[in-house]
Amino acid sequence: MTNAQRTPSGWMLLFLAWFLATGATLGSLFLSEIVGVPVCSLCWYQRIAMYPLALILAMALFPYDPKVVRYAAVLNAIGWLIALYQVLLVAGIIPEDLQPCVQGIPCSRTYFSLFGFLNIPLMALLTFTVIGLLLYYVKRMEST
Amino acid sequence: MNRKLLFGAAAGMLLVVFVLAALLFQKYHSASPELASASGVWQRDGAPVKGPPDAKVTIVEFFDPACGTCREFYPLVAKLIEQYPGKVRVMMRYAPLHPGSDKVVAMLEAARLQGKYWEALERLFAGQNRWVVNHTSQPEKALALMEVLNLDAKRLAADMNSPSVVQVVQQDVRDGQTLNVRATPEFFVNGRPLPRFGFDQLSLLVQEAVAKAY
Repeated sequence: MTNAQRTPSGWMLLFLAWFLATGATLGSLFLSEIVGVPVCSLCWYQRIAMYPLALILAMALFPYDPKVVRYAAVLNAIGWLIALYQVLLVAGIIPEDLQPCVQGIPCSRTYFSLFGFLNIPLMALLTFTVIGLLLYYVKRMEST
Repeated sequence: MNRKLLFGAAAGMLLVVFVLAALLFQKYHSASPELASASGVWQRDGAPVKGPPDAKVTIVEFFDPACGTCREFYPLVAKLIEQYPGKVRVMMRYAPLHPGSDKVVAMLEAARLQGKYWEALERLFAGQNRWVVNHTSQPEKALALMEVLNLDAKRLAADMNSPSVVQVVQQDVRDGQTLNVRATPEFFVNGRPLPRFGFDQLSLLVQEAVAKAY
């Protein structure tokens, strides 16, 4: 491969996916544990998908193991679907009275948001989307 | 080798950012107490108050009768008032965040016009699991709970929809939005919000306010 310098390697794509997953993990912990944003059950389900990604993607970097895509993609897809569901819920496309909230924490119907539009579910959906794309490209690269 | 270096640097950077953000947040964060006390929106004249009217320390609690945490806090706050006899009072304000709660708080306000506010509130908290289903308030079931209070049912129904009651609820909702009340219960002690949610934080804030005022 002569242009190996210019095309990102599978390892690099996987590294970026790991970086995103880890950033999302720490970011979500920062918001819930430090800032004190209440965590609803849908958030928890997304965390169940996101937190292991940070770990298994890191393990697949040393030694580089592209097989991780199989496992990571499933987790990522689950997280993506739940994030999408919650984004639709927040947007009001799915009726609001379906919205679950956890007992024992204060319930709330508004969300923390960044720049006025980027709320947590939207950030999660974006992150799962980008990680999904990166995993897809790793797979494509490895199968050629 | 440089891959390991890159990974290590990235992991280190993420951790450092996390720790720094946490430290900075805890150092500088206070939810603009000036806003609450200066604008006066944290209190509402005529809102239900428990404790001596001339107490110099006022806890304002934004609550939803459908909220489980509010139910848990209710006796704790009462104890807090007893802890400082004559010095602390609590003012209850509505934050009907659950679907259907707006009608239930209107019901409470109507019960108040018949002098049964606290009894009605305690009934609602005690029987919460009977009228709150899936985090949704069911006003009819809440109304059924209140029957033991021997309220004038006709008057209650009329008052619930009266302009003055509706206006009271609307003002609390509006002020709650101004004060950024996103969850219940939300407390303000002499206009100062809790730095972090928790009963210990509330006790501490009250203790400080009492020390300052007396």
